[in-house]
Amino acid sequence: MHVTVKLFAGFRNGRIPIEETELPEGTRVIDVVNRQTIPVNEVGIIMLNNRHAKLDTELVQGDILALFPLVGGG
Amino acid sequence: MQNAEFFFHKHSSNNMITSAWMATASEIFHLTPAQVEEKVLDLGILPARYKRNQCAISTSEQFTLYKSHVAIIGCGGLGCYVAEELARAGVGRITVIDPDVFEEHNLNRQLMSSLSELGAAKVTVAARRIAEINPAIHLLPIQSCLTIENGPELLQDVTVAVDALDSVSAKLMLASLCSSVGIPMVYAAIAGWFGQIACQLPGDDIVERIYQNIQVENGIEQKQGNLAFTAAVVGSLEAAEASKVILGKGRLLTGRMLVVDLLDMEVNEITV
Repeated sequence: MHVTVKLFAGFRNGRIPIEETELPEGTRVIDVVNRQTIPVNEVGIIMLNNRHAKLDTELVQGDILALFPLVGGG
Repeated sequence: MQNAEFFFHKHSSNNMITSAWMATASEIFHLTPAQVEEKVLDLGILPARYKRNQCAISTSEQFTLYKSHVAIIGCGGLGCYVAEELARAGVGRITVIDPDVFEEHNLNRQLMSSLSELGAAKVTVAARRIAEINPAIHLLPIQSCLTIENGPELLQDVTVAVDALDSVSAKLMLASLCSSVGIPMVYAAIAGWFGQIACQLPGDDIVERIYQNIQVENGIEQKQGNLAFTAAVVGSLEAAEASKVILGKGRLLTGRMLVVDLLDMEVNEITV
């Protein structure tokens, strides 16, 4: 299935900011996170087609996944 | 006070009065600088220090700002800029809450830190600095943490709270406190070249939604550090948003969050 993965802020460092990719059926958000070698505990906001999603949310054909790092400093 | 009114009118020009005449009035009529500024604004006269706020902020809006009370929780990277900018904008009462003293590693970004103030309480330095900028601004320094216990009292009669805290759990606690007290809150967080900001009105839970996936206490700021310009940009966005909440103008960041990326010079808006 065809999925667009968008990375924001610090997740772009050394990675492709916007990537259209072919993924096997049944791929979940956490599989994409692992594939991108992003530490799971650094994931802040997960938006799937502009709606909140979870790490175990399953992706489907045409999805647009956006990953934002956890930011908490002041 | 009638004599004072006559004095203010007599010494205003184009509906504006200088700080020198305001200081003289303070002496002659035995009024505090705060009483003088409030009276002048109430008469529709603009203290000359706010001349360049016009016409983006009108004289009556200036009076609204002066009568408002902002609580800034945290007086570090974000909080120093928020306090400085809101004081210069003309917010009359500012409560700053922070338990810490300035340390050497604050010097890279915290506006009010300096070599001579290392070891001094951040909130004390803030009070001194704001008094030098405008003695009519009442800055209340609280050198302690905001907690569930002291929160309701410290946030009493606050118009808007500004989050300048440096941990996810503290931000969530503040958001929950603001909800229970029923006041708006401006949220922000920074890390390295990146920042994010949103606004939570009473009845909303945007901060909880932002952090719904978290598994740890701290974010990427642990790895990426905190930079001067990121604190200044995001702190300034917070000051603007808090002013809009007070004045009831503009479009607030409710239901959406700005993600600021100073490395790629991008600002993205996401619906949260």
